[in-house]
Amino acid sequence: MAVSRSTTEATPISTPRLRLFPAGRRFGRRVAETGPGPIVPANSIAGNALMIVVAIMSFLACITVGAVTLVRDAAHDWQQDVLREVTVQIVPLDGADIEAGTARALAILRQTPGIGSATALSTAQNETLLEPWLGGLDMSELPIPRLIVVEVADAAAIDFAALGAQIAAEVPGAVLDDHRMWTDRLRSMANVTVLVGFAVLLLVFAATVLSVVFATRGAMAGNQGIVSVLHFVGAEDGFVAGEFQRHFLILGLKGGLAGAAAAAVLFALLGLAMTMLRSSPEGAQVSALFGSFAVGPTGYFGALGVAFAIAVLTAITSRITVFRYLGEVK
Amino acid sequence: MIRFDNVGLRYGMGPEVLRDLSFSLVPHSFQYLTGPSGAGKSSLLRLLFLSLRPSRGLIHVFGRDAATLAPTDLPKLRRRMGVVFQDFRLLDHLTTYENVGLPLRVLGRRETHYRADVMELLHWVGLGHRINAYPPVLSGGEKQRAAIARALIGHPEILLADEPTGNVDPPLARRLLRLFTELNRLGTSVVIATHDTELMNQFPARTMVLEDGRLQIHN
Repeated sequence: MAVSRSTTEATPISTPRLRLFPAGRRFGRRVAETGPGPIVPANSIAGNALMIVVAIMSFLACITVGAVTLVRDAAHDWQQDVLREVTVQIVPLDGADIEAGTARALAILRQTPGIGSATALSTAQNETLLEPWLGGLDMSELPIPRLIVVEVADAAAIDFAALGAQIAAEVPGAVLDDHRMWTDRLRSMANVTVLVGFAVLLLVFAATVLSVVFATRGAMAGNQGIVSVLHFVGAEDGFVAGEFQRHFLILGLKGGLAGAAAAAVLFALLGLAMTMLRSSPEGAQVSALFGSFAVGPTGYFGALGVAFAIAVLTAITSRITVFRYLGEVK
Repeated sequence: MIRFDNVGLRYGMGPEVLRDLSFSLVPHSFQYLTGPSGAGKSSLLRLLFLSLRPSRGLIHVFGRDAATLAPTDLPKLRRRMGVVFQDFRLLDHLTTYENVGLPLRVLGRRETHYRADVMELLHWVGLGHRINAYPPVLSGGEKQRAAIARALIGHPEILLADEPTGNVDPPLARRLLRLFTELNRLGTSVVIATHDTELMNQFPARTMVLEDGRLQIHN
């Protein structure tokens, strides 16, 4: 291709005055005003499709975090409710004075730190409790156990196993029911939920990593010419990886935050819907299980953390993929 | 600076395209690399620039045996060389200014630190008025000069140019040759691959002639 005469005449090559390179001269307003553009153009990376995938993954991860938070909080609340009240049952035994035993159990309980109050139910109250099952039967001849209702002020301060052993040892026929079976089951359920949540998160992160690997390899193949020029001008692999990594970090941030925002909106809407439906029987049932159905600050901050984690994961994955790709090319 | 000892090159299982090449490029030297089309000039330039490994023989670049170079050593050696490709290889989405500044950018230099150097060089090659133009709107000669400026911006110890005058008219070709000789006068070794005998006659220098994969050197 020939250069027109006007072009060559207008731009003489001034070799005799070459000075490599004196500082101090400044040319070009536009160059001075804006920094150099990105070496890897953003539109050369199949960004929109990947960003949607990342947003979906982020949404699923945030939903998982929110659901785990919800179940864990509900399980904690249930445990607290169950532990707030324990009972001591004293079975009448032959030769044993049940009233003296009741008094002794009350004394032990009232001396125990962490116990709020301990009240023995009267015979009349016992009969009232049993009436729905036994009807109008005369219960005075039946060996009905005595019950002591214990309100717990500070569950953490009480060693229920030691307390139960002490009462059983000092009061014949006495059994402390601290609902440990139920709290153990609740704890197990909460732990299983958390583990399942982690597994789902791992799967979501794995799917994100694979998507980013494919996208990065596609971007590398599509920008082979740029990579080649960068190597010819002396760029190290780390520089090339950094150029791609920057794009994928931004892409991951956008996708991650979009997914997290969608999940946060969903949680807020569910919380609002539950507030409105609380008066209905179904709403009351769900409220009894999950409280106000609010994920709370932990859930929202968790979603934000997931978004940033996905962005960082995207950037790191793209960097590693670029290094591996360049290694394969070489 | 660069030394070839009995270097041969073949692509895959094909015949040798370069055979028994032995020569040295010394500092501050100026030479042409010429020969008919398909003689292997571009392949020899790629060997010189370490983008190909020889099938046999030894290549020493800046005192290093090319066969034992670690991948991490390549960028450091390439920064000591400047290359002008026959097809320019300018990045179309970067301006002329950004293309020329690219070698300094990959070194991690800040734009404010190299701006004056890039502008000076662009004026030197006659592209001071085209700093914000993108390669697709540049003429062939302008692209050629931008590619030359990019090759020179890092102060290379040796410049390898593949048909640098192949896309320009004779007056501009002579100007570019004057530019290369001026650069050589300032201390850079120059290797110019060309088959323009008229130009070589106007600026006589050491000539390396490739024919059928073999090299003859005329001082």
